[in-house]
Amino acid sequence: MVHGAEWTQKTLFVYPNEFIYWSIQIVMYPYMTGLVAGAFVLSSLYHVFGQKDLKEMARFSLVFSLCLLPVAMMPLLLHLQQPFRGINVMFTPHFTSAIAAFGIVFSTYAAIVATEIWFVYRVFFVEQVHALKGKEGFADNFKRILYLVLSLGAFDLSEEAAAKDKRAITIMASIGVPVAGFLHGYAGFIFGSVKANALWMSPLMPVIFIMSAVVSGIALCMLTYIIIMEWKKFKAILARGRGDERVKVIRGVEMEVMSTTSRYLMMFLVAAISLELLDLIFRGYTQMKSWDILRSVMFEEDFVKIFVLQYGLGNLVPFILLLIPGTTIKRLVIALLLVLYGVFMMRWNVVIGGQAFSLSFEGFMHYHLPVIPHNLETFKEGVAGALMVVATPFILFWGINKILPSLTVKEG
Amino acid sequence: MSCSRRKFLKSTLSGTLAASVPVSALKILSPSESKAATTGTENTRWGFLIDTKKCVGCGMCVKACKNENAVPYDAPVTRTWVERYVVTRDGRTHIDSPNGARDGFTSQKILDQEIRPEEINKTFFVPKLCNQCENPACVQVCPVGATYQTGDGVVLIDRTWCIGCGYCIMACPYGVRFFHPVFKVADKCTFCYHRISKGLPTACVQACPFGARKIGNLMDPDDPVTKIITTERVAVLKDEYGTKPQAFYIGLDMNVR
Repeated sequence: MVHGAEWTQKTLFVYPNEFIYWSIQIVMYPYMTGLVAGAFVLSSLYHVFGQKDLKEMARFSLVFSLCLLPVAMMPLLLHLQQPFRGINVMFTPHFTSAIAAFGIVFSTYAAIVATEIWFVYRVFFVEQVHALKGKEGFADNFKRILYLVLSLGAFDLSEEAAAKDKRAITIMASIGVPVAGFLHGYAGFIFGSVKANALWMSPLMPVIFIMSAVVSGIALCMLTYIIIMEWKKFKAILARGRGDERVKVIRGVEMEVMSTTSRYLMMFLVAAISLELLDLIFRGYTQMKSWDILRSVMFEEDFVKIFVLQYGLGNLVPFILLLIPGTTIKRLVIALLLVLYGVFMMRWNVVIGGQAFSLSFEGFMHYHLPVIPHNLETFKEGVAGALMVVATPFILFWGINKILPSLTVKEG
Repeated sequence: MSCSRRKFLKSTLSGTLAASVPVSALKILSPSESKAATTGTENTRWGFLIDTKKCVGCGMCVKACKNENAVPYDAPVTRTWVERYVVTRDGRTHIDSPNGARDGFTSQKILDQEIRPEEINKTFFVPKLCNQCENPACVQVCPVGATYQTGDGVVLIDRTWCIGCGYCIMACPYGVRFFHPVFKVADKCTFCYHRISKGLPTACVQACPFGARKIGNLMDPDDPVTKIITTERVAVLKDEYGTKPQAFYIGLDMNVR
């Protein structure tokens, strides 16, 4: 079976070798990378720009961006026809290729996140080593050794040392913001620089990708935060009853953090939509040779996906929901889910939409996402593979949060 | 443990630097890359000449190419193909290439549409293959350098090094690239490099009964192909992408995509 033939349906004249080669995993790739960058930017709003109201959120989104990190390259590996050769990119990086920059930018970014987290948690590591000293039992011993290793031998708990840590955090976060932006911007560059593709070829592509990345990252952090806080509240209610003081404290903290964060979300949402519309209007106004086929893809073939699902359901509806005063958690959850869906649809419409028309400008290709896998290819590049990618950061967070607790709420 | 942070950072930094020195001295080349880099072929630049006035769409070239280059015969991908153009009186262009024209054009129907002969203004065939661009977008985007250009201008793919990301397939404006169904790596026409480097014509040139396809050395002014390209009016496909294709067409119609 030829790669791509399984899910591609051609109409009118399409060159013989054309298929939808970049499928769901290449939709997932900028989506997950965007979440990483967005989560980091959110944490930096506190660390760099001193947004004190985001303190609670900052630590969580930083750890969450660490969990999202390995997942950013997972779709790429699942998409490769020769996944075992993926490491060749590091052996023979070809510097004229935008993809080749991935290894370098990604490693730099990973190092920055890891370093920042280390400075944030250093004092905690040392405290844990002291707390677990002398305790019997395998689990406690293992934890103590783990924290001992993680502390890297820096045991100084003096105020002076803690202040130095703080300064280091600020520095790392400030370097991290442009690198996170670059990491995602260049994901947009990978598409924007493909001159053969009329839909992708746009210098705006990297900026559009960065904006929607921040939107999706903030939305996901907010959503995960709500879920965790609701769970805590539920546990507190079970233990002490509904009217307990602690339940009220959790609810208060949750609402306060959410209402401030949603303001940032709206800001980035407006920027993202404006840029995308600008791109669309510009193409329509300049009417290059490719406009005929782009117009038929946008306004006929993919109209529902672009205007109803992405702009309507994914952008306009959540924007209105966030705008209405007197936000409730329930309404916020719906808005956040729609925002995440909207960003996903944007990636889908860029990646799949860009391949929906033939390079001959005379025919169309339709992508049928494989739902039930019947071989490795339909597993990797189908619903199952995409779900695997989506689930991984949460599984990682569950594990990592045990070592780096990021959601401690002070007892009421 | 007595280790100040400053000392720790210092030793980490020097350790990393010391470790990176021997690593930076290494440059790993894949065998074909190193071969291409050391082969001196400055007197040759392969170019292709296609006469659309001579092509009848028999598909012998497509068949010969599939056999010569081990592209599975029944797979819907091909290194070269022939397009049929039918321009009707209403100004519309109808194009098709069933199976890449492997079995020729045996039906009057074009994309399941019957066109009455009296409606037709003009009709012609256009063979396509890799343009072996002077400025190839595929070579530029390959993240591992698995697709590369030889000294004599032919773009080749190292099957042992390609990671199968498909970036080159996306970057080619001519849609000539595909994933090889057996080797699971990017594939495309090589101008039959294994033949031309031995002085033989490409499989498609040899198979063409009408002489619609020709290959020649553009550096040799006495080469018949070069003579035509330099003295007659020829055109290339999709010039606007700036890839500088090296496949030249005689009688190229404005409707060709």
